[in-house]
Amino acid sequence: MTRSVEVLRTVFAGRVRHEGGRFPLLAFGAMVLVFLIAPLFIYPIFLMNVLCFAIFACAFNLLIGYAGLLSFGHAAFLGTAGYITGHAAKMWGLPPELAILAGTFAAALLGLVFGMLTIRRQGIYFAMITLALAQMVYFFYLQAPFTGGEDGIQAIPRGRMFGVLDLQNMMTLYFVVLAIFLAAFLLIYRIIHSPFGEVLKAIRENERRAISLGYKPDQYKLIVFVLSAALSGLAGGTKAIVFQLATLTDVHWSMSGEVVLMTLLGGLGTVFGPVIGALVIVALQNYLAPIGAWVTVVQGVIFVACVLMFRRGIVGEIVAKVKSRSSHSK
Amino acid sequence: MTELLGISPQALFGQLLIGLINGSFYALLSLGLAVIFGLLNIINFAHGALYMMGAFVGWYLLQYLGLGYWWALIISPVLVGLFGMVIEKTMLKRLHGLDHLYGLLLTFGLALIIQGLFRNQFGSSGQPYVIPKELAGGVNLGFMFLPLYRGWVIIASLVVCFATWYVIERTKLGSYLRAATENPALVQAFGINVPRLITLTYGFGVALAAFAGVMAAPIYQVNPTMGADLIIVVFAVVVIGGMGSIMGSIVTGFGLGVAEGLTKVFYPEASNTVIFVIMAIVLMIKPAGLFGRTA
Repeated sequence: MTRSVEVLRTVFAGRVRHEGGRFPLLAFGAMVLVFLIAPLFIYPIFLMNVLCFAIFACAFNLLIGYAGLLSFGHAAFLGTAGYITGHAAKMWGLPPELAILAGTFAAALLGLVFGMLTIRRQGIYFAMITLALAQMVYFFYLQAPFTGGEDGIQAIPRGRMFGVLDLQNMMTLYFVVLAIFLAAFLLIYRIIHSPFGEVLKAIRENERRAISLGYKPDQYKLIVFVLSAALSGLAGGTKAIVFQLATLTDVHWSMSGEVVLMTLLGGLGTVFGPVIGALVIVALQNYLAPIGAWVTVVQGVIFVACVLMFRRGIVGEIVAKVKSRSSHSK
Repeated sequence: MTELLGISPQALFGQLLIGLINGSFYALLSLGLAVIFGLLNIINFAHGALYMMGAFVGWYLLQYLGLGYWWALIISPVLVGLFGMVIEKTMLKRLHGLDHLYGLLLTFGLALIIQGLFRNQFGSSGQPYVIPKELAGGVNLGFMFLPLYRGWVIIASLVVCFATWYVIERTKLGSYLRAATENPALVQAFGINVPRLITLTYGFGVALAAFAGVMAAPIYQVNPTMGADLIIVVFAVVVIGGMGSIMGSIVTGFGLGVAEGLTKVFYPEASNTVIFVIMAIVLMIKPAGLFGRTA
């Protein structure tokens, strides 16, 4: 246990600087700018949906992109946080920041349980086990009395953030959600580029060598799993406050599939990929909603196309193009 | 007959029967997954969708061609199996040599496509499929009433499972298959067409799913979502049994069906989750699964 704490400290201690590790200030600035201006032109609720899913996809990417673990059960964390946040805000009357914190903490705890059961298995087994555990969680919420079953928890109060920011105001809410997203994004960037992140990548590339160098892969995997679960919870809690709703949809396996799709489409293991992926998929669902079940078909086709034709995803392909061009010009 | 622990024997045997029926489907589906995984190293996420497709092909045959249950039991697996081979030839083959996770992602996408297409056509409502008249009715066994069709499902799936086991473990074709699982390059060098073997294996695994689908049609309604939730339970069954052996997947399939049925009698609230709980316990005690080899 004390060792785990020491490992956890490496998430924040020190910084790794090497080529490619430089903070992509230009891209980050552009992203911030776009999200600052966007609510002038685009419906803020839609944008907040994108931001929540972007946090979710970034959290998921932390696991698959940097630890090489494909979880098919991340909906459990999103949904759990949604329910706990909703319950805390509505029944306990907690202010939104504490309600979201409670949801995040619940997701982290669930992540710890999932992680302890799953990290000993890898690859396909890991995917199947996380999927099965998440399905168990789904059935639990279907029957548990506090979730409201098929109705979900409705009319969750938005309240006042820190007692001053009135979240009933759409613009205030939007900028609070944007701030949460940016904080999560920077935290994930920090984790990836910490000594902890470097060890993770080493384990992903060659686990045996990492062991021979004295690292304990299971500890690293468990910690990154809990971090990913907690950040997914942050997304779920924020989403519950934004939509004032927590339902079974967020715990269903198709939600786990959607976050895989967002990350895959945007680019596995890229910093900005999941954000782009979330934007595209949420937009797709929004604008294709009138054609009903065809949305599922379109998502399936994107899955197949990504796997067969561009496995690096949108951002991954762009980065590869730019890199090959710059190496040609040299 | 006296009551046992406050549970009437009728209820107990009734749930045991349902457990065996569910177990039949778990066994057939996890067997198909195991056969495919052995040679292709792919977990076929589309297995549930193909099971559903098998049931629908049976329904189409009856509805449009007037071909009944017995014809469907043969034609549907063949058609769906051929469909599977086309998928393998055109898509899965191109993933050869990549991380196995891509196979999972691709077949997940395929499952979404297939399920979405059928949902467009049929909504989420079920289509009824009548029990063939040869198997209508039932017999009274003294301690319980056994509907003939349910008895048939258990026996037929046992026969198919053991026939598959026999072919793989005891015949020459099966020995090629097992050899190709161990070392495809060497088997290829001996002049055996391994790519064709892979295609046929995938087709066969998929045909098993379609066979299960046709058998399920008269029990559950033919429904576009019938495979989606089932496949997750079957994944848990596969994790519990481990991917090591063919016999393992048959035994765990039936065993877990019965365990689920018994839970329905003694503690109904947990009947949906009992298999997942068992999975969690097995993972803590024996991470490779009951019959699995440590990977």
